[in-house]
Amino acid sequence: MNLHEYQARVLLKRSGIPVPDGDVATSPDEVEEIAKRLGGGVVVKAQVHVGGRGKAGGVKLAKDATEARQHAEKILGMQIKGLTVEKVLVVPLSDISSESYVGVIVDRASECPVVMVSPAGGVDIEEVAAKTPEKIFKQSVDPKFGLLSHQAMGLAFNLYDDVKLVRQAATIMRQLYDAFIAVGGSLAEINPLITTPDGKVVAIDAKVVVDDNELERRPDIAELRDTSSEAASEVEAREAGLSYIQLDGSVGCCVNGAGLAMATMDLVKYYGGDPANFLDIGGSSSPEKVVTALKIITSDSNVKAILFNIFGGITRCDDVANGIVTAAGQIKIGIPIVIRLTGTNEEVAVEILKGAGFEALTDMDEAVKEAVKLAQEAA
Amino acid sequence: MSIFIDSDTKLVVQGITGRDGSFHTKQMIEYGTNVVAGVTPGKGGRVFEDKVPVYNTVAQAVAETGANTAVIYVPALFAADAVYEAVDAGVSLVVCISEGIPVLDMTKALPYANEHGARLIGPNCPGVISPGKSKVGIVPGQICLEGKVGVVSRSGTLTYEIIHQLTKSKLGQSTCIGIGGDPIIGTDFIDCLSAFEADPGTRAIVMIGEIGGTAEQEAAEFVSQNVSKPVVGFIAGQTAPPGRRMGHAGAIISGSSGTATEKMQALQDAGIGVMKRPVEVVDLLNECM
Repeated sequence: MNLHEYQARVLLKRSGIPVPDGDVATSPDEVEEIAKRLGGGVVVKAQVHVGGRGKAGGVKLAKDATEARQHAEKILGMQIKGLTVEKVLVVPLSDISSESYVGVIVDRASECPVVMVSPAGGVDIEEVAAKTPEKIFKQSVDPKFGLLSHQAMGLAFNLYDDVKLVRQAATIMRQLYDAFIAVGGSLAEINPLITTPDGKVVAIDAKVVVDDNELERRPDIAELRDTSSEAASEVEAREAGLSYIQLDGSVGCCVNGAGLAMATMDLVKYYGGDPANFLDIGGSSSPEKVVTALKIITSDSNVKAILFNIFGGITRCDDVANGIVTAAGQIKIGIPIVIRLTGTNEEVAVEILKGAGFEALTDMDEAVKEAVKLAQEAA
Repeated sequence: MSIFIDSDTKLVVQGITGRDGSFHTKQMIEYGTNVVAGVTPGKGGRVFEDKVPVYNTVAQAVAETGANTAVIYVPALFAADAVYEAVDAGVSLVVCISEGIPVLDMTKALPYANEHGARLIGPNCPGVISPGKSKVGIVPGQICLEGKVGVVSRSGTLTYEIIHQLTKSKLGQSTCIGIGGDPIIGTDFIDCLSAFEADPGTRAIVMIGEIGGTAEQEAAEFVSQNVSKPVVGFIAGQTAPPGRRMGHAGAIISGSSGTATEKMQALQDAGIGVMKRPVEVVDLLNECM
């Protein structure tokens, strides 16, 4: 789960990391008020879960409260990569002497948390890593001990020569690491981490991504979720226990298991079609889950044919068949469905489907070919 | 022959009285797995299905029954604790089926298992099956056939699809291992490839990968240096968009790395036959066996 910048700032501040004053607002009035309170120049920043906010016009500098208000009127409600801006963060303009990057991730290869820093901050860090990998410095962390003081100092000496700055940055790195662990993060980064002309190290922008698997035991973090920043269908799917990602093709896919779901999408492409989505109905699928899945798929108007690919193991084919039949009774599907079922309770499932006028296939390739053909005919 | 589990496997089931644990324990017993004990704290003294004694702790279960392998079906937030408990009880193999375990939990549990000399398989995996001998986990036994092909995979149902093809063509399987779809897992591709290479009962190997990380690339490198048996591979997620997690916590393309194209190329470069569709597995194997 992605946190907004304004939420991440609160978490950082709570860990003791210096962040500039500022506040989040949902209306131009509030923006003006915050800017007045802060005094002087401010930055108005759109709070949406996409990169490149600045380029899209979602981040504006203002010399005073009146100008801040004018910017807010434009930014609030604007669309950035398909998402509507509903909140802006208002922070004072900072005097910047240097910009660095500090981040914590769980590294798959070393199987532990890794702290990464770079003196090339304020820009896309992936680009820095790709073009100038020598400017990225890493430290693996033993989770039993956390980021040790000397490790943080060693990293910070890659950013600054002045030991006063080094000590401040090292403290911030350890606080960031602790915050990362405390929220159950999969990413926590400060970009940029700046130095000011008067010798202070300050976190200007922060990004925190929380491991979805942590949310059940961290209700305080879970409630930070902003469902308005996600596609409605993806929210509905998650709440039903389905894993769904909308794409832009015309073959709606409903599969059990993530690997098979991806392989099914690939096969749609192989036979000349385009998948409309990734959808994993998970193990032990109840008929209700299948009904929700069908509702979500049919709500996408690009979908011209629906493909079920079920390999029954824990998932029982008869549950899926019952779900399809129930859904067909509840909602007007109106487009062709191709069903492939094999495995647990396959025979029962085929009977259930036959009784309701559906045909069932057992071969994956045949089913995919048929679905692609039907989608193309309907387009 | 087979790897990791066989007729000598004596299994303790952690979470035996839970919904998933009880269902799959019945299936494992039916398949012929030697399930010697179950564990559910507070339910010690009961007998599961008139056959399997239930204990309060894994240590008790191991002391009483001599279990050498543990399988975990407990809820995700308790799964790391279950790993520690199994390791402390001294079993040499721990198979963790539970899905949805926080990655940070694994950054501690995995080194713990390694340091104590226990092999961990999973988490978030379908487990291991050596057809005709034993099954530990949730792979449907009826789709398998005793044979000569070793299967190692990051996914569940996609693995079943491949197993199904191998069974239909009568090639069969020596052992099938689902190593799990999480970013941090115990036993990896290389561990399995090296065990299959050493197993006289395995004549060829199928590896099934997916987007995210670099495990497949490293496995390909290992194959080119250390594996003499024929290997064929499949990578799922050619149509996956970057930056979106495709169900599995580990299946995410970050930046330009971890893509299916990159992985398929690495496999090809290592001399591994790469299938474009799961159904091609049989032809590819027949060509190289």
